[in-house]
Amino acid sequence: MMVLLDLALAAWLLALALHVVMERNERSAIIAFLALGLLLGLVWVRLAAPDVALTEIAIGGGGTGILLLRAEAALRGRGKHEEGATRGGKLAVAAGCAVISAGLGFAVLALASPAPTLAPAASDAIAATGLGNPVTAVLLAYRALDTLLEKVVVLLALVGIWSLAPDGIWGGAPEVAPAAVPGPLAWLARILPPFGVVIGVYMFWVGADAPGGTFQAGTVLAAMWLLVIMAGLLPPPDAASPALRLVLVGGPALFLAIAFLGFIVADGFLAYPEGFAKPLIVAIEAALTLSVAAALAMLVAGPARKAPAR
Amino acid sequence: MNGLVDIATMVLVSMGAVLFLAGALGLLRFPDTLSRLHAVSKADNLGLGLIVMGLLPQAESVSGGLKLICVWLLAQISAATASQLLARKIHRDEGRS
Amino acid sequence: MPEFLAAAALVILAVTAVALFRVLRSRVAAERMMAVQLLGTGGAGALLLLGAASGSPATIDVALLLALFAAFACVAFVLDPAEPAGEDSPEEQP
Repeated sequence: MMVLLDLALAAWLLALALHVVMERNERSAIIAFLALGLLLGLVWVRLAAPDVALTEIAIGGGGTGILLLRAEAALRGRGKHEEGATRGGKLAVAAGCAVISAGLGFAVLALASPAPTLAPAASDAIAATGLGNPVTAVLLAYRALDTLLEKVVVLLALVGIWSLAPDGIWGGAPEVAPAAVPGPLAWLARILPPFGVVIGVYMFWVGADAPGGTFQAGTVLAAMWLLVIMAGLLPPPDAASPALRLVLVGGPALFLAIAFLGFIVADGFLAYPEGFAKPLIVAIEAALTLSVAAALAMLVAGPARKAPAR
Repeated sequence: MNGLVDIATMVLVSMGAVLFLAGALGLLRFPDTLSRLHAVSKADNLGLGLIVMGLLPQAESVSGGLKLICVWLLAQISAATASQLLARKIHRDEGRS
Repeated sequence: MPEFLAAAALVILAVTAVALFRVLRSRVAAERMMAVQLLGTGGAGALLLLGAASGSPATIDVALLLALFAAFACVAFVLDPAEPAGEDSPEEQP
């Protein structure tokens, strides 16, 4: 039965991916892509990777879809550049994609069986971190440096987007709410955030011992904040606002501070003192969750469109 | 006792699956957009409700059961909002053309 | 019991897949927007059944997030540039 289910899911995923590529109307293609993100979440569950499933649904189904729709709405009507890729250009792109797909397929099929793995070593040492979720242990203890750099990359992306604002309104607020907010959406923006905030905090808290964690929790909180400002219930913050910048920098800054503290109280950079690993990791995760939420929401909101309030 | 609970689960889940089927049939067969919207949002949400009711006796903990109910509530909220917004959009599109 | 629940999940997934392609290939723009809602309910139903079938509690969390983001995706409606900005249907204003 499960084999049948997996085959059906794989066929469905391929068909939907093909539909996204073939669809000529951009808006429809983006909506199909949103659906693809949600479906991929289901596939990750079948692959026994609930952590990835949660991220895929939050980013693929929520964040990216809305980001693309906003980009499409902003570009529409601005004299669409019919750059019209030539036949040869399209063929070259198709060939390039085919080569990459074939290479990836070959690499997966050629993997040694059983695949080389560090999983036993990782689970043996997990007791030292006090965590129950091996994914969180990898992200915040074994490979904490990668996680730290990832969060800095998100901030750099935000700086990149912010610098698209014209000089005159630098530091101002983005424009997110439409001129007229439909009644049902305003209702949703009042009803959904209480659920969303509880689910976000739950995702963060459960992340130590079960699937979940900072990124999933941060995305949920970002989505709820975006919903509220898109329905016009709260104004979007000024990019120059000290509170916003403090929240954005707070997570990575705390992470760095604790990393340097490792030189004094533990074995070195990014090492946690014995017995204090779990509380320190939870503190870092809490600050990172807020930073990720603010950064993702501001990424989707885009560059400033109004002069800052002084 | 356990057998009785399992039978209840099976009956409720089967009814839920049938409702999903009915919703898809309505989507394929109904003549205009508003009736299709009606078929999908009503039947699918009732189907999800029946599945949640069927799975509640199988829940391992109280919090697990609460989460099941939450999933259904969120689907309700989502369907209510999306249907209203869609219907407004269809109404407007028809008014303009 | 797990076999039965997995079979029910398969039925719901198959039905949702057929409905999804019907909606995505529709000529009416508004109908294509139904895709996310459809996958929200169908996917959540299938996930809950799969979670109960395999006895992994984390699957319920995935279903919870799926339902939450299907609701959040409603904001896509206000991002529609075809929507006339600034004016509302006259009969809705008292």
